[in-house]
Amino acid sequence: MTEYGYADRRRRATSAVMTTLTGLCTLLAVGALLVILSYIAWQGIGSLSWQFLIDRPRPVGEGGGIGNAIVGSLVLLLISSGFGLPLGICVGIYLSEIGRGRLGGVVRFIVDTLTGIPSIVTGVFVYAILVLPMKHFSAMAGGVALALIMIPIVARTTEEMLKLVPHSMREGALALGAPQWRVTLGVVVPAAAPGIATGAMLAIARVSGETAPLLFTAFGSRFFPESLNEPIASLTVQIYNYAISPYDEWHAQAWAATLVLMTLVLGINIIVRFLTRKRF
Amino acid sequence: MSWATDTRAGLAGQGSTWRRVLSPTGNTGDAVFRVLMLLVALLMIGIVLAMVAALTADSMTSIRQFGFHFLTGQNWDPIKGEFGALAFVYGTIASSLIALLISVPFSLGIAIFLVEQAPHYIARPVGFLVELLAAIPSVVYGLWGIFVLAPVLRQYVEPPLAAVFGWLPLFRGTITGIGLLTGGIILAIMVTPIVSAVVRDVLAAVPGSQREAALALGATKWEMIRVVLVNGAPGIAGAVILGLGRALGETMAVTMVIGNRPQISLSLFEPSYTIASAIANEFTEATGDLHLSALVELGLILFLVTFVVNGIARVLVWNVTRKTGGVGRAA
Repeated sequence: MTEYGYADRRRRATSAVMTTLTGLCTLLAVGALLVILSYIAWQGIGSLSWQFLIDRPRPVGEGGGIGNAIVGSLVLLLISSGFGLPLGICVGIYLSEIGRGRLGGVVRFIVDTLTGIPSIVTGVFVYAILVLPMKHFSAMAGGVALALIMIPIVARTTEEMLKLVPHSMREGALALGAPQWRVTLGVVVPAAAPGIATGAMLAIARVSGETAPLLFTAFGSRFFPESLNEPIASLTVQIYNYAISPYDEWHAQAWAATLVLMTLVLGINIIVRFLTRKRF
Repeated sequence: MSWATDTRAGLAGQGSTWRRVLSPTGNTGDAVFRVLMLLVALLMIGIVLAMVAALTADSMTSIRQFGFHFLTGQNWDPIKGEFGALAFVYGTIASSLIALLISVPFSLGIAIFLVEQAPHYIARPVGFLVELLAAIPSVVYGLWGIFVLAPVLRQYVEPPLAAVFGWLPLFRGTITGIGLLTGGIILAIMVTPIVSAVVRDVLAAVPGSQREAALALGATKWEMIRVVLVNGAPGIAGAVILGLGRALGETMAVTMVIGNRPQISLSLFEPSYTIASAIANEFTEATGDLHLSALVELGLILFLVTFVVNGIARVLVWNVTRKTGGVGRAA
């Protein structure tokens, strides 16, 4: 009896210790998030001013801002969304509505592995197919690189959202004599539109934080953009350049630019979460 | 929709296979629609093939010059035109392994807590917060790493480690706060939300009957969780490999804190260099065709490795999360 009682107590103690440890792991992860976010807010708010948001970079000691980088990031997001969203949504439609066979499986696998390809490799690829032939860096090349990252994300969320649409809706439309393309574009896609839109927003949030694929495609610039055929500034590349510079003033500006970037990225994530809260 | 249209096509029973594939309903609009969507889907396969082709073509100069020696050579000297990537390969693998060593226990703990322990009203918001860690851009982690993590490690973590474990070559060397350990820790923070999210899905896919059976036999909570973990083991392995794929290719944050010195040192405190960092740092400043070609070859290696790693991970995770609902898989 005592032998049994000891083993039993030990088992209960192990259980209590381990289940506490799992809670501590979670606490630490959430703690890390809060520490990082509050540090960004604390460091960033000091250098943030209206002038900083609209000015372009100046030499050390003369202030300057990130106006051109904000415009540049928005331009890059527009280009990448222009290519990435329609293509991603079409791939999603194919995966959910058409590609049920072996080819669909292959495409799904390819799309999934595309998601895992390091973004720097995407940058090298776009450099090889766009920058080298054109012989100069350009906003267009940067936008294409970001679009390549966007497509698989949008495709998979679109597929998931379309699959949530009940089969009875498709059958009803088909039974009324509608051809498949009208069923898909007129009934199924509109029914899943809110989900597809939130997936698109998440993809935009994801690429707005990308730096590596822009280093040798969009490259960066100290001026406001004038053409899509020229190098263009972006918030992320600007943050990187300022962070690795030796100047305290630029470090402070890097934190302020980070605060702007994080407001955008976290803002989108939280809005999406708010919009989809009923679904989870 | 699929079975309905298929039935109609089957009843019609006429026309070539191609016509049935393109338009089971015999409608021209459908044929156009299906061909368009098919083309876009084929474009995905095309992109991957184009990546392989473009990366291979542009690294041919380097491949011809160095062959397999590219991976075993230790000298990376753009001025002399010698390119051996072993130090980068070492830095990439070492930093990723450190990241996994730290991240996997945490990810398991988080996933177990959220799936098996926390009540719904806690699991949802906390799960969201953990996922937010994955939303922070890499360059932001890098910035935080340079100005917060590195100084903290230099002052409070690395000296005690050196004092206690200094007899191990791992913990010798100059303490600067910038190096392999810092890179590994930053990677660990970045990989944790990804691994824990997949493990969550895997654990959630383990049938409830497994838990009930364990508890009915008198298992404690932890013993029940171990049963669940064993059931989800292949999926958990997939999650870890997925994290590995992410860590191998992560660029900005690592570049900013790992020190960027191509050397092979056992010490965790010494600067190191990863494949991705080498591309990021040297690409725009490449001196001549051979240098550029060598950098593209690094990209090709990274592409192939992450493609294989992610492929393995996908298969492992799919096998588990798709087999839901079965009452106890064959033991």
